[in-house]
Amino acid sequence: MGTTQIIAVVVTAILAGVIGWWFLGKHEEAAELATGSDNQQSATVVVKGGYSPSTIVLKKGVPAKLNFDMQDSTACLSHVVFDRLGVNEDLTKRDVTTIDIPTDKTGTIDFACGMNMFHGKVVVK
Amino acid sequence: MKLSETKRFWISFVLSLPLLIQMLAMPFHWMMPGYNWVAFVTTTLIMLVAALPYWSSAWAAAKHHDANMNTLVAIGTTVAYFYSVFALFTGRSVYFESAAFIAVFVTLGDAMEERVHQNAEGAISKLLQLQAKSAVVKRDGQWVTVPLNDVQVGDEVRVKPGEKVPVDGTVISGKSAVDESMVTGESMPVEKAAGDAVVGSTINQTGTFVFQATKVGSQTMLAQIVEMVKKAQTSRAPIQDFTNVVAHYFVPVVMIIALATFAIWYALLGATFIQSLLFAVSVIVIACPCALGLATPTALMVGTERSAKMGVLIKDGQTLQAVSSLTTVVFDKTGTITTGHPQVTDVVGNDQQRVLMVAASLENLSEHPLAKAVDDRAQQDDLTLSAVDDFAVVEGQGVSGVIDGHQVAVGSERLVDGWQLDDELAQQAVALRKAAKTVVYVGENKRIIGLLAIQDVSRPEAAATMAALHQRGLTTVMITGDNEEVAKQIARQVGIDLVIAGVLPNQKAEQVKLLQQQGAKVAFVGDGINDAPALSTAEVGIAMGGGTDIAIEAGGIVLVKNDLRGVVNALSLAKTTFRRIKLNLFWALIYNLIGIPIAAGLFVGLGLQLTPEIAALAMAFSSVSVVTSSLLLNWVHIDRVNLNQPATAAKNVV
Repeated sequence: MGTTQIIAVVVTAILAGVIGWWFLGKHEEAAELATGSDNQQSATVVVKGGYSPSTIVLKKGVPAKLNFDMQDSTACLSHVVFDRLGVNEDLTKRDVTTIDIPTDKTGTIDFACGMNMFHGKVVVK
Repeated sequence: MKLSETKRFWISFVLSLPLLIQMLAMPFHWMMPGYNWVAFVTTTLIMLVAALPYWSSAWAAAKHHDANMNTLVAIGTTVAYFYSVFALFTGRSVYFESAAFIAVFVTLGDAMEERVHQNAEGAISKLLQLQAKSAVVKRDGQWVTVPLNDVQVGDEVRVKPGEKVPVDGTVISGKSAVDESMVTGESMPVEKAAGDAVVGSTINQTGTFVFQATKVGSQTMLAQIVEMVKKAQTSRAPIQDFTNVVAHYFVPVVMIIALATFAIWYALLGATFIQSLLFAVSVIVIACPCALGLATPTALMVGTERSAKMGVLIKDGQTLQAVSSLTTVVFDKTGTITTGHPQVTDVVGNDQQRVLMVAASLENLSEHPLAKAVDDRAQQDDLTLSAVDDFAVVEGQGVSGVIDGHQVAVGSERLVDGWQLDDELAQQAVALRKAAKTVVYVGENKRIIGLLAIQDVSRPEAAATMAALHQRGLTTVMITGDNEEVAKQIARQVGIDLVIAGVLPNQKAEQVKLLQQQGAKVAFVGDGINDAPALSTAEVGIAMGGGTDIAIEAGGIVLVKNDLRGVVNALSLAKTTFRRIKLNLFWALIYNLIGIPIAAGLFVGLGLQLTPEIAALAMAFSSVSVVTSSLLLNWVHIDRVNLNQPATAAKNVV
């Protein structure tokens, strides 16, 4: 094994370690509180390589709107699905798609892309 | 500028043509003049059109510690493209075609997906376009044409032959045959007369009739069906949790495998730098889990839609999955196994016409549930009824009165106690009772002139349905509040395995629970309000068409048509769809399991090797094959139950 080969092995090993740590390790992501008044609340989710923020906290009993700001142009994220609400929206039709979220009950409402590979959730407190 | 996936594909495909020509000309030792520069320019354009979205999406995801299929596409194209640019300026061999073809094939896969989405959404919404655009309603005594949206509940609506029924309602006058196939999947037209329900969007064929609107707008059956199917299409099957996990761990693991592939080839097996790099890129490209992601949603979409067309509404993926593990089907008796409308089955006596006439004349004035059965029979036989004087109801026993000066009575044995009864008639009464029929005595002038036997008869298709369920290895159970003798009689007739009799309406759910505790996976079939708890307790609740709204709400599967055979269709459709999902997942997985080692060069010794562009083609092909497999669900044969199928012997009527 020559020097270049040894360097290559070392570099790939370090890269593998970095990938493992970055993608598989535990990383907490902050939840975002919706803003609004007593009779209306809203939050914006940027859709680009995933949902950010991916957790949105809503107040119970206040009508809520979730704005999906579509900035991704791959097919994977083209649809957002709230399976419990029966919502399946095509986000590519307009820049920002607004979805009404029922807040009459506390709990978690999950959403995902059409293939169930990207996830986010709405927490009603 | 926003480009659709389809446009992206076509643009990059056209741009990749020079590369394709060179690839095909290679074996003939023909080199395009200035090929490297042509490749550089076209590939750069392709990267901008097709690959850039993946790069930016993957980068945004990476910042969130998320790696996904876009990440794999992005790495594959980046490595191949930037290495080639580096190679071009340092005088080495270039691999632009790898980067270009990965991008072209990946966009091909995306374009296919886009197409499927559009088709599925379009198809179900098209149902709503079946609605009539206007309706002829009575306003201030005049028939006027109004837009569909202006029809109110309670309006009288007139429908002529060839017109569509605009909204749901009940026929007031007129007679016709109506084609309801768009809602029930049944191609035979259905006869409609006063009192019958009509459904919006069905097509009136032979006569003109007037009906009163009962449901309009989003409340109509068609609107509800569309809503339900839409919900089902977005729902998830529990089996998908598995793709979730895959999505999270799979991609980083693949990246590490790709790195290992590179290191092993380069450092241990003595491959050149570029060969090792190409192996690594192939691994990354072929591993893209697109097919895995498409496996469930596409099959669910096609399956629920096909079911809807056959009059079977499957509410969600969970129900679909539950059907595949069922062992037992429990039926509510009244209205499900039986028609729910008692009928006169036997008329006994020397002058049968007289017996029926007397009974019908009296019962015509009564409101007893069994009276309707007698009325129906008299109408069916076109009898002329006589006027009754001194009509009296004897609570819990029957009715009496005077016809043409003759003292007459119709009712239970107690009512005519002491009246003269022939031995022959007495024996027949015993025999009828043994057959689980309700016996009504008809007397005239202190003498019994005949008997009527009344029974809630089983549906004509019940026996064939049970036989079909037995064929599929399912146990059939009937739950009823009736006494055991009556229940067993019906059970024997239609071939039901187990009877649970004497159950109070609110205990049905408990009985279902008991069966579940014994290890049964239960489907409950019912239609009434009191069936709702049992429908939701069972693994799969099947609400019969014509059932109450509450039952439909509680059921996981709704049969639009009031036909028991729909149960068999529903189970077959759900099973077929779920099997297809599993098949899709299997192929998508196997594909990666086999594809990755091949791409990593494990089988080079056998002459089996993938270049990055072939890996990309294979990846696109796997998505296409999964989508095709789902679309094929539209044509999979579903066994229909033959009405004349003989009842199979019940295993043990206990």
